[in-house]
Amino acid sequence: MDAIRVEGLVKTFDGFTAVDGVSFAVEEGELFGLLGPNGAGKTTTINMLSTLLRPTAGAATVAGYDVARDRDAVRQSIGIVFQEPALDGRLTGRENLEFHTMMYGLGKAERRRRIDEVLTLVELTDKASTLVDKYSGGMKRRLEIARGLTHRPKVLFLDEPTLGLDTQTRRHIWEYVRKLNKDAGVTIILTTHYMEEADFLCDRVAIMDHGRFAALDTPARLKDTLGGDVVSLEIEGHTAPFLEALAREPWIKRTRVHEDVLSLTMDRGERRIAELVVMAQEHGVTVTCVNLHKPSLEDVFLHFTGRTIREHEADQSERLRAAMRRHGWGRR
Amino acid sequence: MKIHGTAIYVLWRREMIRFVRAKSRIVGSLAMPIFFLAFLGLGFRRMPVPGMGGGAGYIGFLAPGIIGMTLLFSSSMQGMSVLWDREFGFLKEIMVAPVSRVSLVLGRIAGGTTTSMLQGILIFGASLLMGFRFRGPASLLFGLVFMLLIAFTFIGMGLVFASRMKDMQGFGIVMNFVIFPFFFLSGALTPLENFPWVIRALSYADPLTYGVDGLRAVLIGTSSLPVLVDLAAMAGFALIMLFLGAYSFETSEGV
Repeated sequence: MDAIRVEGLVKTFDGFTAVDGVSFAVEEGELFGLLGPNGAGKTTTINMLSTLLRPTAGAATVAGYDVARDRDAVRQSIGIVFQEPALDGRLTGRENLEFHTMMYGLGKAERRRRIDEVLTLVELTDKASTLVDKYSGGMKRRLEIARGLTHRPKVLFLDEPTLGLDTQTRRHIWEYVRKLNKDAGVTIILTTHYMEEADFLCDRVAIMDHGRFAALDTPARLKDTLGGDVVSLEIEGHTAPFLEALAREPWIKRTRVHEDVLSLTMDRGERRIAELVVMAQEHGVTVTCVNLHKPSLEDVFLHFTGRTIREHEADQSERLRAAMRRHGWGRR
Repeated sequence: MKIHGTAIYVLWRREMIRFVRAKSRIVGSLAMPIFFLAFLGLGFRRMPVPGMGGGAGYIGFLAPGIIGMTLLFSSSMQGMSVLWDREFGFLKEIMVAPVSRVSLVLGRIAGGTTTSMLQGILIFGASLLMGFRFRGPASLLFGLVFMLLIAFTFIGMGLVFASRMKDMQGFGIVMNFVIFPFFFLSGALTPLENFPWVIRALSYADPLTYGVDGLRAVLIGTSSLPVLVDLAAMAGFALIMLFLGAYSFETSEGV
C-alpha cells in the first residue's frame, strides 16, 4: 500500500493558485522530497496532506485515509514538523512533549517511556526541564522532530527541517532523519530548498515550481537526464585532429568548444580523464587544465525550470510573498 | 462529535501553567482595575449615586462594575489567545492533533474561564480592602454565577474575533472599538440613568450591562433591573456567544 497517494491536488487562495494539479504517490518506508524555491507550493501541499488546509480540488490519501473526509484518522497517523517553530516557549521541553502525547491519547506509562526515548534520541535529556524560550534554534528544531515522533506516526512530514540552522546542526538533523527512516521504517516526506539536503536524504525527489511538478525521480536518475558528467579541458595547440579523434569515440555524448575550453559530456568522467589527456598528447595538443563537473540537483533544477534556485529566491519568491501578504494569508 | 476529555484537561493545564508562570502579566492585568477602584472609589467617596438606595456609597456601586470590567478584559483576552497561538505557531500543533474541534474549544473555554475567574476573585478581594461591603456568603455564591456567565460570554466573543483574524493587527481595533465601548456602556462606572436615551438603548444591547447590574443586585442588593431579568439576559448572552465562538473556531482554517 502507498503511504501517500495524491491525485490532481489544487489549492487556490483568492484567485492565486498555490498548488496547481499535483499528482504523486509515496511508498511505505520511502524518504520523499519536495524540492523547490520559496513560494513553489511545497508548504501548501504539506498543509493539505496534514489536514490543516482543505484542498480546492483533487484528492489525497495519507496512510490510506482521505485527507478531506477522514481528517481525524489522518491526524492520528501523521507527525509533522512545521517550517516555523510551533512550540510553546512558556513550557519546558518536557511539558511540550507531555502536551503533545496527551493530545494524542497516550497512556501515562507510555508517555513517560516515549518522552524519555525521544529526548535521548535528540540529545535533549539534560535540557528537558528548561523553558523552550531559552533553547537555541537547533535545540528547538530537535525538540520538534522528537515531538513529531513521540506518538509513532506512520508518516512524518518535515517542512524545511533545517531552514536557518548552521551546517553542523544540519548534518546532525540529517543523520536523525536518516536513522528514523532506515531503522524505524517511518515514511518521511520533506520539503527543502537546499539541493544538497534533497540529494543526501531522499530516495526520490519531486522538483516543484509554480505549484507544479517539473520532474520526479531518484536524485541519481534526475542527474542522469542531464547526460552525465562534464569534463572540461583547457587546451593549447592545433586542435582539429584531436577533435576528429574525439568524434569517433562512442562514449562522448556531447562536445562543445568555447574559445580554448573543450567541454565533453560523458558517464563516469573521472575514469576517462587520463585517457583524454593521453589522447590529446598523441594528437599534439597540450592540456593545461582539467575540470570535472558532476551534475548536481542544482543543475537539474536549472534544466527543468530554466533558472537556478537562487535566481528564484531573488525575484519570484519575493513577488509571491508580497502577493500573499496582500491577500493576508500568512507569511509562508 | 466526540469529546476528548484528556485534550480538554491538557489544554486547561497548559493555561494554568502559563498563568502561574506569567506573574508579571497577572500583576499588570490587575493593576488597572485596582487603580480604578482606588482612585475612583476614593475620589467619589462622598458622592451620592442616583437611583441607588441603601448606604453602600460609591464603592458599593463601583466594585461590582470593576469586577465586571476585570472579567470583560481577561475573558476577551483569553478568547483571543487563539491569535497569540497563531502568531507563535503553536496553533498548528493544536490544530493538527487528532482531537475534535469541540474538545479544543471546550479546553480553551475551561482554561480561559478559570484564569478569568481567578482574576475576578482577586479584584473582589482587593475591593474588600478598599471598603467594599457585600451582603454575605450566599450573595457571594450568586455573584460567582454572574461572574461565570460574564466570563463565558466574552470568551465566546474573543473566540469569534480571533477565529476571523489572521494576525495581531486587528487586535488593537477590537480592543478600542469593541471592548472599551462594552465597558463604558455597561454602567460599570456611572449609572445608566444619567445617559441620554440613545446611549441607554445601546447599553441594553451590551451583555456586560446585565452582568454588572446582576452583580450589584446580588452583592449589594440594589440594581436598576430585576435580578431575574439580569440572570436571564446574561445566561442567554453566554449561551449564544459560546455557540458562536465554538462555531467560528471550528470552521476556521488551521493556518
